[in-house]
Amino acid sequence: MATGPRALVITAAGINCDLELAHAFAAAGAVPEAVHLNELVREPSRIDRYRLVGLPGGFSFGDDIAAGRIMGALMRRSVYPALAAAIDRGVPMICPCNGFQIAVQAGLLPGPDLGMPWPAVAAAPTVALAQNSGGSFRDAWTRVEIPADTRCIWTQGIELDDATGLLPSAHGEGRLVADDSLLDRLDANGQVAVRYHPDDHFNGSMRRIAGICDPSGLVFGLMPHPERYTRWTQHPRWTRLSAHQRSGEPLGLRMFRNAVERTLVAS
Amino acid sequence: MAAVHRVEVRPRSGHRDVRGESVARQATTLGIPAPREARHASVYLLEGELSAADVERIARELLADPVTQVASVVRAGAPARGPLDAIVEVHPLPGVTDPAAESVEGAVRALFGLDVRVRTGDRYDLAGIDAEAARTLGARALANPVIHGIHLEPWHPTSFPAGHARELRIVEVPLRTLSDAELERLSREAHLFLSLEEMRAIQAEYRRLGREPREIELETLAQTWSEHCVHKTLKSTVRYREANLAPGQRALAGPALSGRPGHEVAPDGTVTIANLLKRTVAAATHELIDPSRPDHVDWCLSVFVDNSGVIAFDDAHAVCFKCETHNRPSAIEPYGGAATGIGGCIRDIMGTGLGAKPIAATDIFCVAPLSGTEVPAGCLPPGRILRQVVAGVRDYGNRMGIPTLNGGVWFDPRYVGNPLVFCGVVGVMPRSMVKGQVHAGDRIVAIGGRTGRDGIHGATFSSAEVEHGTASEFSHAVQIGNAITEKKALDAMLAARDQPDGPLYRGATDCGAGGFSSAVGEMGKDVGAVVHLERAPVKYAGLTPTEVWISEAQERMVLAVPAAKLGRLRAVCDAHGVEFCELGEFGSPDRTIHLLWNGTEVGSLDTHFLHEGVPMPTREAVWDAAWSASQQPAAGDGHGVGPRLLDTCCTLLSHPNLASKAWIIRQYDHEVQGASVVKPLVGVGEGGPSDGAVVHPVPGSPRALAIANGLATGWSADPYAMTLAAIDECVRNLVCVGADPARIAILDNFCWPSCDDPRNMGALVRAAEACLDGALAYRTPFISGKDSLKNQFRTQDGRTIMIPPTLLVSGFGIVEDAARACTMDLKRAGSVLVLVGMTGARMGGSHRAMLGACAHRDMRLPDVDPARGARTAKAVAACIAGGYVLSAHDLSEGGLLPAVAEMCFAGGLGASVDLSRVPVAAGGEVDDECRAFAEDPHRYVLEVDAASLGRVESILDGIAHAVIGHVDDSSALEVVGTSTARERAPIDRLQSAWNAPTGG
Repeated sequence: MATGPRALVITAAGINCDLELAHAFAAAGAVPEAVHLNELVREPSRIDRYRLVGLPGGFSFGDDIAAGRIMGALMRRSVYPALAAAIDRGVPMICPCNGFQIAVQAGLLPGPDLGMPWPAVAAAPTVALAQNSGGSFRDAWTRVEIPADTRCIWTQGIELDDATGLLPSAHGEGRLVADDSLLDRLDANGQVAVRYHPDDHFNGSMRRIAGICDPSGLVFGLMPHPERYTRWTQHPRWTRLSAHQRSGEPLGLRMFRNAVERTLVAS
Repeated sequence: MAAVHRVEVRPRSGHRDVRGESVARQATTLGIPAPREARHASVYLLEGELSAADVERIARELLADPVTQVASVVRAGAPARGPLDAIVEVHPLPGVTDPAAESVEGAVRALFGLDVRVRTGDRYDLAGIDAEAARTLGARALANPVIHGIHLEPWHPTSFPAGHARELRIVEVPLRTLSDAELERLSREAHLFLSLEEMRAIQAEYRRLGREPREIELETLAQTWSEHCVHKTLKSTVRYREANLAPGQRALAGPALSGRPGHEVAPDGTVTIANLLKRTVAAATHELIDPSRPDHVDWCLSVFVDNSGVIAFDDAHAVCFKCETHNRPSAIEPYGGAATGIGGCIRDIMGTGLGAKPIAATDIFCVAPLSGTEVPAGCLPPGRILRQVVAGVRDYGNRMGIPTLNGGVWFDPRYVGNPLVFCGVVGVMPRSMVKGQVHAGDRIVAIGGRTGRDGIHGATFSSAEVEHGTASEFSHAVQIGNAITEKKALDAMLAARDQPDGPLYRGATDCGAGGFSSAVGEMGKDVGAVVHLERAPVKYAGLTPTEVWISEAQERMVLAVPAAKLGRLRAVCDAHGVEFCELGEFGSPDRTIHLLWNGTEVGSLDTHFLHEGVPMPTREAVWDAAWSASQQPAAGDGHGVGPRLLDTCCTLLSHPNLASKAWIIRQYDHEVQGASVVKPLVGVGEGGPSDGAVVHPVPGSPRALAIANGLATGWSADPYAMTLAAIDECVRNLVCVGADPARIAILDNFCWPSCDDPRNMGALVRAAEACLDGALAYRTPFISGKDSLKNQFRTQDGRTIMIPPTLLVSGFGIVEDAARACTMDLKRAGSVLVLVGMTGARMGGSHRAMLGACAHRDMRLPDVDPARGARTAKAVAACIAGGYVLSAHDLSEGGLLPAVAEMCFAGGLGASVDLSRVPVAAGGEVDDECRAFAEDPHRYVLEVDAASLGRVESILDGIAHAVIGHVDDSSALEVVGTSTARERAPIDRLQSAWNAPTGG
C-alpha cells in the first residue's frame, strides 16, 4: 500500500503529458492519481483530497484559438475556487508547458499581489505565452538558471552545473510576455522560478523567463518539462556523463522532491 | 434570426506579429513577389442567434488574449479595403474539417451556453504587392486551393452552406448484360478502379444472384478489392523470367529457385510463384516461427493478421509496430495527407488486438531535390511538399502526445510527382490483450469522429495512377485530421480496456481506407452483421447510405461490444467527451452483411465473395537489368569531388540524404511520454545523427526497445541487392544503439511504379525474394507490411515519371538494459577506432558515385552476403552488450569517412584514420576513394577503449575487422591513405558542411 502524499494529475481532452507527470510524482514519493477535468467540474470538492496538484502539458482542446485558452477559460469558471483554496491550504502545484499556458489563462499565475488573498473570481490574465519568436514548435534541451532569491518552493535550494543543469522544452507558444511593471514586481518578489541560460534562450521570452511562481511559491508554472527529467537515461547526453556527474538525482526529480518534502514538513 | 458575425483577432500594437513576419520569408523561399509588410489576423465567423453583447463577450473572453491581442467585431457591409495594398483571406472550403472551429463551438457552448456554428480563417493585409500577386501568394504559400477558399477581400457570408436531408433512393447499377467495353467504362467513370477481370467476376456473381448490384454493394466491392486493401498484386500468381541479368546480379530464374516452396520452375527457366507475398515475405516468417523447429523464434505473438505486427516485450507486455504510406493525399495536400497518414497509422496501433498504446513514431519521406527539380504541371514543388508534410506530422503527432523518434529523407528527382510519406507507429499493450474475438450478438459500436463525405474513394484513389489533372478530380479524397478527436478516442478506449473486470469490448479495429465498409466487413468476416447506417453521427445532413458506409472520415474506431457492457462503455465515452454510436449487431444467419436505412434494406453483401471473390490473375514479370540501369538518374558532373579526400567528405556530408535533418527533428516532440533513451540527435550539442532510437515502453523495467529503418534506394538498379542492403542497414542501425539481433522484428513497405509493366513486376519479384532470403539469414521475421504500387505520374505532354522501386524496412528490437544503450558520438581521447566489415572496389549505388567523375571505376553494386551480415551484426552486438564499446556507428550513406566525421563532431573530438589498414575484399584495386566512400554493407565503426581492445578482437574473431585509427582531442579529423598525403580538416568544418545541405 502506497503511503506518500496523494497527488492529483488533471487530465482533459488533448492533455498528453499526464503519464510522465504521474511518474515524476511517484519517483519523488507521492501517490499520483489522474482525474479527468470533467469529473472535477462535476465535483470540485474532490480536489480537497489531495496534497499536491499537477496540471500537465499537452494540447488541451487542440490549443485551438491559443494554447491553453479553452481549458483555462473552463477552469476559471469551475475548479478555480477549489484550486485557490488548496493553495491556501499549502498544496504545491506544478504546471509544466501547456499546464503553464492554462494556469495563466485560468488566473492561477502569477497570482495575487504579495500579501493579498486569492480573489473569489479568477483574475484576468496578465501574462501571455505567445508564439515563439522563431515562429514554430521547437523541441530542445536547454541550460537553465535558478534565481538565488526565488521564493518558488519547487526550485529553491537547487544548485546547477553546466552538464546536468538542463531541462527539456517542446512548445510552439512559450514566449513569455507581460507588462514591464508586472515583470519588475515578479523580479522584486522572487517570483521568477527559472530562466533560460542566455545562450539557450530560443523562444524569445521577456527577461529570459522560463517559469514563474505565485507569491506563496507553491504554484509553479514553466514552459520546460521537469517531469521528463527524473531519470539519468532521459538526459540528452547521458551516455557522455561520468559516474560522478550521474551520482545525484536529475534536476527534474529534485524539484518534485522539494514539493513532496514540503507536504511532509507541513503535515 | 441567425446571422453570421465576424470577429478579427490581431496582435495588440507594440506586440510582435510572428505569423505576419513569416509571410515575406515564405514568399522569398518560393521565389514569388514578397510583400514589404504583412499583418496577420485570425478570423472567426460565428453563425447563431447572438446578441451584440454575446458576440462582444465571446470575442473578448474567449477569442483574444488580453495581454497580447485585440479583438474587433466587424459588421456586415464594412469596407472591403484594408489598411494596406492588398488582402488575402484563407478559409477552409465547406466540408473540409476545421478543428479550430469545432473547438470554438464546444467552448462557446460550455462557457456561454450558446449554440453557434463556427468557421475560422486567416486574414493577411499586405503592403507592396497588388491583388494579382496577393492571389499568387495565397495560392502558393498561404493556402492550398484543394482545401481552401482564397478571397481577396474580407469574407463575410450571410449564412453558411448547410446540407439537407435527402429522400432515400436505392440505386441499382445494371451490369449483368454489359459488354466488356461497357464494364471497363463503368469501372472508370464510377471511380471503381477495378480491372476487367474483376468487373467480370462481379457480373458473374450478380448473374448467379439473379439481380443487379446496388450502388452501395458495388462501392463496397471496389473498396475491399482495391490494391490498397487487398494487396492483389503481391498476392497474385507471378510468372517471372530474366531477360537480362547484369554481371554480379543474383539469378532467380532457372534452377536457382527450384525447391523453394510455391515456386515452380519451367524448362525454359520461367518461375511461377503462386501468391508472391505468401511465398516470400510471409514464408520467411512462418519458417522462422515454426514451432516444430528446435531453434524457432518464439516471441512473435501476432503476424500479418491484425492492424499491426506484435511481438513479446517481456512476460507481461507486448509491443507492436505498423508502418503505412500516405502518398497520394500527400502529393495533393501534403499537410492534411501527412497528418491523416500518421493519424491512420496511430489508429492501426489502437486497433491492434484489444488496443495498444502508441509510444513512438517514425517518419521517412522521399521527395525530389528541393532545388534544381523541374516541376511538371499538376505537381507541387518539392520544397513545399516537404515543409508541409513535416508540419502535418508535427501537428498531428505532437498533439497526440506521441514522440517522433526516428526518420529520414531520401531525395531523388523521380519522386517529383509521387512523393512518398511513410509513417510508422509503435505501441505497447498487456500480453493478454493481443487478440480480440468478435462474437455473433456483439454490438457494433463506432466511437470518435463523425462521418462526412471526407475521403470518399480514398482507397480506390490510392490504387490509381496520378495524372496532371488528378488534384482537382480527387480533391474530395483529401482530408484534414483532428488530432484531439483521436486523442480523446484513445483515452476512452484505454480506459474501457483497462477496467478491473476486463475490457468492455471484445474486438476493435480502426476505420481506415473504406471506412465502415472495411472495418465492419473485416470484423464481421466470419459472422456477418446487420448495420443501421442512419444511426451514424454525421457532420452534416444529406449523406446517402452509400456515403455513410464508405466515407473515410478520420478518427473513428469500431468496437465489438457484448450487449451487457454497452452501458458502461457509453459511460466511459461520455466521461471523455467521445461520441458513441451503436451502429448495429454482428452476426446474421447467412454470414451476410445487411445494410439498412431506417429499416429498409439498401444492400447486402456476402462476406465470402467480398473477401475471397477477387480474381487473382497471373501476372507477367520480367527482370531486365539493362532497362533498370537505364532508369537510374544521371550522375553529377564531378562537382565537389576532391582534390582532397576530406573535401569530397564535406561535399558528401552536405548531400541532402546525409546532411542534418535538425530543422525537421526539432519540430517534433521527441520527449513526450518521458521515455526516450536514445533520441534522434545525440552527442555534444545534440549535433550528431543517431542510427536509431531507444525508448522505454514499460516504466520501471530496465528493458528497452530500439527502433530504426533501412532504405537503400541508391541501389534500386537491382531490387534484390537493394532489399538485402535495406534489411542489413535496418539491423545495423538497431544493433548500433544496443538491440539484441536475436530479438529484432521487421516490417516491409513496398512503394513501386505500376506493376502492370512486367519490368516493374520483375523488380518487385526480386525484392520479394530478397525479403525471404534476408529475413531467414538475419532471423528477423517480417511481422507486418504494406504496399503502394501505382506510384507514377503522367505529365501533360504524355511522359510517365516512375518512382524508383522503393522498399522501406522498419525494425524494432529488444535492448536488454536501457543503461547499456549506445550512441554514435566519440567519447574519449585515446580510444581506438575499429572498422568491422570488408570494403571492396565497387562503387555502384554510392553517394560518391552520384557526384560523378567515376568513369574509371567499377560501378557494379557491392556484394551483399546476408549470412556474413548476420554474423557481423551478432558479433558487434556482443561487443556492445559486453560494455566494451564507447560509441558505434553504421557505415551507410557516404561510406567510411563521412561516418567517422559524424562521430567526431558529435563527440567534439578529433580522430586520425589510416586508410591503408581498412580490410579490403579480394578482386579489383581498392583505392583510397573506395576505402573512404564505398558503401559496402555489413560495416560498422566502433570506438573501443584501448584496454578493451583484446576482448573486442576476440569477439570479432573470424570477422573482417581492423584498428584503423584512434581518437584524440585535436578537434580535427586526420586521414592518411595508401597513396594520398596526410590531410586534416577541423571538425567545425565537417560539422558546418553537415549542417548545410545542398539542394535539399
